[in-house]
Amino acid sequence: MNRKTSKVFRLAFSYLFLAIACVCVLYPSIWVILASFRPGKSLYSKTLIPEKFTLDHYRELFTSKSFLFADWYMNTLKIALMTMVLGTLLVLLTGYAVSRFRFKGRQNVLSVVLVLGMFPGFMSLIALYILLKSLNLMDTHFALVLVYSMGAPIMGAFLAKGFFDTIPRSLDEAARIDGANNVTIFFRIMLPLSKPMLAYLALTQFVGPWVDFIFAKMVLRTRENFTVAVGLYEQISSMQNSNFTLFAAASVLIAAPIAILFMFMQRFFVDGLTAGASKG
Amino acid sequence: MMSYQPAVQTEKPQASARGRMAALLSLLCAGLGQLYNRQWIKGLILLAVEAAAVPFFASKLGHAVWGIWTLGETKRNIGKKIMGDNSTILLIDGLIVLLLFALFLLVYVLNIKDAYKVGSQIEAGRKPNSFIQSLAYIRDNKFAEAFLVIPGIGVLFLTVMPIIFMIMLAFTNFSAPNHLPPASLVDWVGFDTFKKLVTLKTWSHTFYGVFIWTIIWAVLSTVTTYFGGFLVALIIQQSDIKLKGLWRTILILPYAIPQMISLLVMRNLFNGQFGPINQYLGYFGLGRVPWLTDPMWAKATVIIVNMWVGIPVSMLLIMGILTTIPKDMYEAAEVDGASMWQKFRIVTLPMVLFSTGPILITQFAGNINNFNAIFLLTDGNPVKGDYQYAGATDLLVTWLYKLTLNQNQYAFASAIGIIIFILVASISIYNYRRTRSFREEDMIQ
Repeated sequence: MNRKTSKVFRLAFSYLFLAIACVCVLYPSIWVILASFRPGKSLYSKTLIPEKFTLDHYRELFTSKSFLFADWYMNTLKIALMTMVLGTLLVLLTGYAVSRFRFKGRQNVLSVVLVLGMFPGFMSLIALYILLKSLNLMDTHFALVLVYSMGAPIMGAFLAKGFFDTIPRSLDEAARIDGANNVTIFFRIMLPLSKPMLAYLALTQFVGPWVDFIFAKMVLRTRENFTVAVGLYEQISSMQNSNFTLFAAASVLIAAPIAILFMFMQRFFVDGLTAGASKG
Repeated sequence: MMSYQPAVQTEKPQASARGRMAALLSLLCAGLGQLYNRQWIKGLILLAVEAAAVPFFASKLGHAVWGIWTLGETKRNIGKKIMGDNSTILLIDGLIVLLLFALFLLVYVLNIKDAYKVGSQIEAGRKPNSFIQSLAYIRDNKFAEAFLVIPGIGVLFLTVMPIIFMIMLAFTNFSAPNHLPPASLVDWVGFDTFKKLVTLKTWSHTFYGVFIWTIIWAVLSTVTTYFGGFLVALIIQQSDIKLKGLWRTILILPYAIPQMISLLVMRNLFNGQFGPINQYLGYFGLGRVPWLTDPMWAKATVIIVNMWVGIPVSMLLIMGILTTIPKDMYEAAEVDGASMWQKFRIVTLPMVLFSTGPILITQFAGNINNFNAIFLLTDGNPVKGDYQYAGATDLLVTWLYKLTLNQNQYAFASAIGIIIFILVASISIYNYRRTRSFREEDMIQ
């Protein structure tokens, strides 16, 4: 009897806790989504659910002369896709090289990658600014793709290395005996076996350009070239108090696709996280 | 070591006259030795490199060294139409030229070594590799080195060069208002900036204040998210909880929303005047809370919001580890009559802590540099009057950002950057050494 009541208590407490946690987690999103459909501009609203729903703010984002949201969206998509392909390839090959080969200075390469990851990122902003300016790359999307994908191995190489380390060596040795060379082994054996890692890396690379507002803000100067993050930060956050509902609509449009992508690929994220974690 | 060894071992070349001759020729001019060894294509490529490099470095190298050494000598004078030297550009251009020169020297050394080796092989009676054979050799035996050249060069110029540049800036007086190129020159000042940072009252007060808050923040934010995630994971993983997948899916939502968006949204939620949170508190008859405008409350708010952002990751990690704990350990504990709390303390906690220890430390180091959480939520505010360009919730890293991009205090910003680096690096290196995978990685496989 005593045991049973304590079990009921425990379960009741657990469900209550989970329910409260879910409310806390869901509330901000629901609030912002509802706000984006609310008429008017103000942050303050008497009720959570608006009395009237309107699509005006979404329409304004795409038609207004000052937002150019459609352009920004396409810019970001382009940059993100290119960064994803290049960056992921670089990370995987770097991880493959340091995981599978023993060469002179290998430990040094590993240590350098580790040390470079510890510098605060925007310590390099000024130097990159001058460098990109002298290369005439300011205000180009190429500069962003270049810097994002070249920087990718620093953050991701260890993760990829840790994952490749878990793939048994006997597999590539067998392939080598059958006459496969390093390139074939990489594409035919390592890549197919590292799908979870691939998905994780590709997604993180893809999401990066959507949310970077610091480096992108420095490089992109003209409004037509903005990415959504820069646009949102420059144009809308400066007026989030005066036109909150518009900000809410833009937020929903940026966050929704990324969040949906994440949820769909959830499994890979868990795998990627734990794989990177257990191996460091 | 069980690492892959090249199938054909190249024996150490014997000292030989032909090898020495080829090396000498290659020392004289890159590629000559290769031509002498009848490796035509390789030789011509190296010759072309030499032909391009020599005039380039002849004209640039001296100027580069002068630029870095002096940081410019002529001041701009508009009246006399003197453009003057731009110290920062001199410094960066100098660095780039020196790095290129180092790369060139590396190629040159390799070129000499190669000429010597091939020459010796010829003397030993072996045919030199054709160009195609050389490429195949690289693909099969030097794959890692050859491939790493691409990210290597990218990282060298886009990451290493900027970092060296910033480190050097810390030893100059590059800052507003008196030393901002191109209007005026910058000089080397040694450790002055660091000294000012710790001794000059205006700076040191801010520095210590921000530093201490950075550490408090890092500890609190790491601990709260870690144990918060632990608790949620434990509750969901209880054997008699239904709909595990649903709970998990809902609770990782914050992880799926880009921080840039969620934090800007939070900033509005916690808005003291119009934000809904204060509005709801009003319904319960409670007064408004200055979430983001009072120093103490702002600090609490960033920690709370960071829990919202960070708990899902810890939850995911710990849930993964909980499933790997062998069931028989719990059964054995039950046989011994352990209560739930004892099972947790003796089995779960040590197992989880053991597997996540390194991540915990990595997260701590990451939180020292957690720019987004502070910048997007409070922007470092509320402003503190007696602070030098910083607010009550500013971390070192956001202060660095303000000093660079808003205040043009580059020298101080760089010095702070170096301090952050030392802090994070020592934590990470300690962590790294402790992690077995580094030392024993070859034994695991």
